[in-house]
Amino acid sequence: MAQVSMTVNGKAASGDVEGRTLLSSFLRDSLDLTGTHVGCDTSQCGACVVHVNGEAVKACTMLAVEAQGAEVATIEGMANPDGSLNVIQQAFQDHHGLQCGFCTPGMVMSAAALLKENPKPTEAEVREYLEGNICRCTGYHNIVKAIMAASGQDVSSIAAE
Amino acid sequence: MPKDSGIGASSKRREDIRFLTGAGNYTDDINIRGQAHVYFLRSDVAHGTIAKIDTSAAEGMPGVVRVFTGADFEAIGGMPCGWQVTDRHGQPMQEPKHPVLAHVKVRHVGEPVAAVVAETLEQARDAAEAIDLEINALPAVVDMKSAVTDGAPKVHDDLTSNLCYDWGFVEENREAVNEAFDKAAHVTTLELVNNRLVANPMEPRVAVGDYARGTDEHTLYTTSQNPHVIRLLMGAFVLGIPEHKLRVVAPDVGGGFGTKIFHYQEEAFCTFAAKACNRPVKWTSSRTEAFMSDAHGRDHVTKIELALDADNNFAAIRTETFANMGAYLSTFAPSVPTWLHGTLMAGNYKTPLIYVNVKAVFTNTVPVDAYRGAGRPEATFQLERVIDKAARELGVDPIALRRQNFVTEFPYATPVAVEYDTGDYVATMDKLEEMADLSGFDARRKESEARGKLRGLGVNCYIEACGIAPSNLVGQLGARAGLYESATVRVNATGGLVVMTGSHSHGQGHETAFPQVIAEMIGIDESMIEIVHGDTANTPMGMGTYGSRSLAVGGSAMVRATEKIIAKATKIASHLLEASESDIELKDGAFSVAGTDKSVAWGDVTLAAYVPHNYPLEDLEPGLEETAFYDPSNFTYPSGAYACEVEVDPDTGKVSIEAFTAVDDFGNVVNPMIVTGQVHGGIAQGIGQALLENCAYDENGQLLSASYMDYAMPRADDLPMFAVDHSCQTPCTHNPLGVKGCGEAGAIGSPPSVVNAVVDALQSAGKDVTHIDMPLSPARVWAAMQ
Repeated sequence: MAQVSMTVNGKAASGDVEGRTLLSSFLRDSLDLTGTHVGCDTSQCGACVVHVNGEAVKACTMLAVEAQGAEVATIEGMANPDGSLNVIQQAFQDHHGLQCGFCTPGMVMSAAALLKENPKPTEAEVREYLEGNICRCTGYHNIVKAIMAASGQDVSSIAAE
Repeated sequence: MPKDSGIGASSKRREDIRFLTGAGNYTDDINIRGQAHVYFLRSDVAHGTIAKIDTSAAEGMPGVVRVFTGADFEAIGGMPCGWQVTDRHGQPMQEPKHPVLAHVKVRHVGEPVAAVVAETLEQARDAAEAIDLEINALPAVVDMKSAVTDGAPKVHDDLTSNLCYDWGFVEENREAVNEAFDKAAHVTTLELVNNRLVANPMEPRVAVGDYARGTDEHTLYTTSQNPHVIRLLMGAFVLGIPEHKLRVVAPDVGGGFGTKIFHYQEEAFCTFAAKACNRPVKWTSSRTEAFMSDAHGRDHVTKIELALDADNNFAAIRTETFANMGAYLSTFAPSVPTWLHGTLMAGNYKTPLIYVNVKAVFTNTVPVDAYRGAGRPEATFQLERVIDKAARELGVDPIALRRQNFVTEFPYATPVAVEYDTGDYVATMDKLEEMADLSGFDARRKESEARGKLRGLGVNCYIEACGIAPSNLVGQLGARAGLYESATVRVNATGGLVVMTGSHSHGQGHETAFPQVIAEMIGIDESMIEIVHGDTANTPMGMGTYGSRSLAVGGSAMVRATEKIIAKATKIASHLLEASESDIELKDGAFSVAGTDKSVAWGDVTLAAYVPHNYPLEDLEPGLEETAFYDPSNFTYPSGAYACEVEVDPDTGKVSIEAFTAVDDFGNVVNPMIVTGQVHGGIAQGIGQALLENCAYDENGQLLSASYMDYAMPRADDLPMFAVDHSCQTPCTHNPLGVKGCGEAGAIGSPPSVVNAVVDALQSAGKDVTHIDMPLSPARVWAAMQ
């Protein structure tokens, strides 16, 4: 077992982990941050996307010990300081960008990373960026629309949600 | 003007707040103090006898609590099947035993053979590697037609063959159909495969068993679409636990699509092991395990023939289908290729004679059961493909041929034993032609050709049957369950309501849509109504959510219970207002005396019900809580018309979806936003089936597609934006809401239009291609073009 310490959603967090413990397991099991979901075992589905030092990372591809000293952000830390939904979360609700909610945390974290590097993405750019996030419920239509709306673009010409 | 609340409003989903902030409560988020973890050792061969299973080394490994094998379950009931099909000779289907853990023999890759319970999942997995398991491999049967030949290896030694049943429908029509074919002016024949799929909800299955020694009470937390069904099946048939000692909880569930209907071994194991180990026991499926233990879907091989008269009227349909059951009968597997498939073979068309033959076959593969649409996509695909092929053979427009044969008068009794109450297939096709701008297709084709691409247009119709019912009829058809739904409406003293529904939401938005209905009925704000679902301890016995039944059946139960509430509240109001009950009107959350300004607010009436000081106690019980069980008199019949435009790259065979239009008639719509989202998701799964997804086995029964590296899930850049419309509304005539159900339509209606479009594209280039089996991968399309 090794001790690991990091900052998660602005707060210091630490715990004892095995060398093989994944960051996703550490967040879920040790820190009880169960918003980070695990939907596959081959780093394909993207339900576990978090931010590590500002970069979108699949938390199932990283060992907890690799995040030693890192700044980690999860879905639990995304809302505005007053607890209201942030602009991306709000756009997902407004445009029905989620159904069962399981892929949603990863989608929101990926969307946030996309908009940071590309503040006004085209539809094609959003679709390409989401290549690593699988949703089985929505057909992506409303997710793409929500992300474009969150970027401040007019989505009224896209078919209704 | 769109409404902003009540029936017809696109109310934003209240459940989204918790899902968007990481505050959902999925089964894997549940951890009980003292819990142990289980890892299942699964067979890596498709068929074999267990020669040796020695767990002694594993039992000594760090953290191991106990190791279980099939021998531990010899005295336990097997996994039950919930539907018994009677074959065309009047005999019951062959029904094999289905153990919790394999004993003596293994019959598919992924079948659990042993289970290690340990302090941590890692320790359980490590110990499983120390189990000394020897399996003597036997020849496996994978191909269905080979499986039913003489001398084929038998999946179950105690059955007479690998044939589960040979079903004929309607058997009495068999000869008449054959005669119609003899007299036909034209016969179109098509042989096709409806490819095996895996439902793949993004949340893998999870089960947590808990046992309270002090009270002898069992609790199972599980990823289920129907916790009451699991409680009944597992309690009564597997473990022998009475319902009052067994609670099943399905909290937030991350998608189901059918595959979380069924009762699985892991649920029974965790419930059993929690008592045996006196510890909570948790299992979380990995995705790889999901591929080899979740029930698969589809997997039909079909020959369909369509007979037409000299005027191109449909005269008869004859089909022969081989349906894969896998190695065991999953909970509702036998019903899918029969009653959910044969009854839909009339489609939207007035074909007077139909005969459907289905041979269900055991193979050494994962069990196959209902997946979004369940039988109806298979019916729709073969019918809409053979119609397209007939149109091309006859040189007529595929849409005109469909229109000519539409059912136009309702109610319409089909020759396959169902009666459509309402529909307007002309209206949905008209709307489709307009929305999809079909008249502009030729110009778009020329534009594509100028860029070196082949453009194709595919159109199809569909009919589906939702809210399977009534219970007494389905009982005659072999169902071992009722198909009603329940609701308890509890009004609180200060006027808020809690609705406890037997249906279950795993993405469909019940928590938002159900309150819209009650808000409309009473005239109060939606926020005053809360929906409780998913826990057998606090909901009435209900059958859960599948078959697009929640609103049509569960919503109807809720309406009936609310009507009882309103009737009682009206009596209380008449007392408070000192007026005749017949003069009391409920509007906008207040009861008033007709023709006067006397009124009493909803909250005053509800308070009186629980603080009955000024109250007719001699005539009326206090309180305001009512339950209704609703058993529909018929299915509902959503229908629609879909169009797909594709571009095919002639150099690579790659297909891209350029436009997809769906026009659906769902009857009345409660929340258009949610309905549209359901259609989007269904279309994505249908396009996935048509172009990408394939669950593949090799000839030895090895599963070749057991991860997202090998099974092609549709991703964002595989799909276009969809054009969706549900303004054509012919309300259902036999449920109080006039709703039909929307959950499966997209998955049922989309595959044929995609394949029709690709065939159209290839034929436009002069290729003699009449059919390609799904998925239409670049390799398959390219090969077909050569």
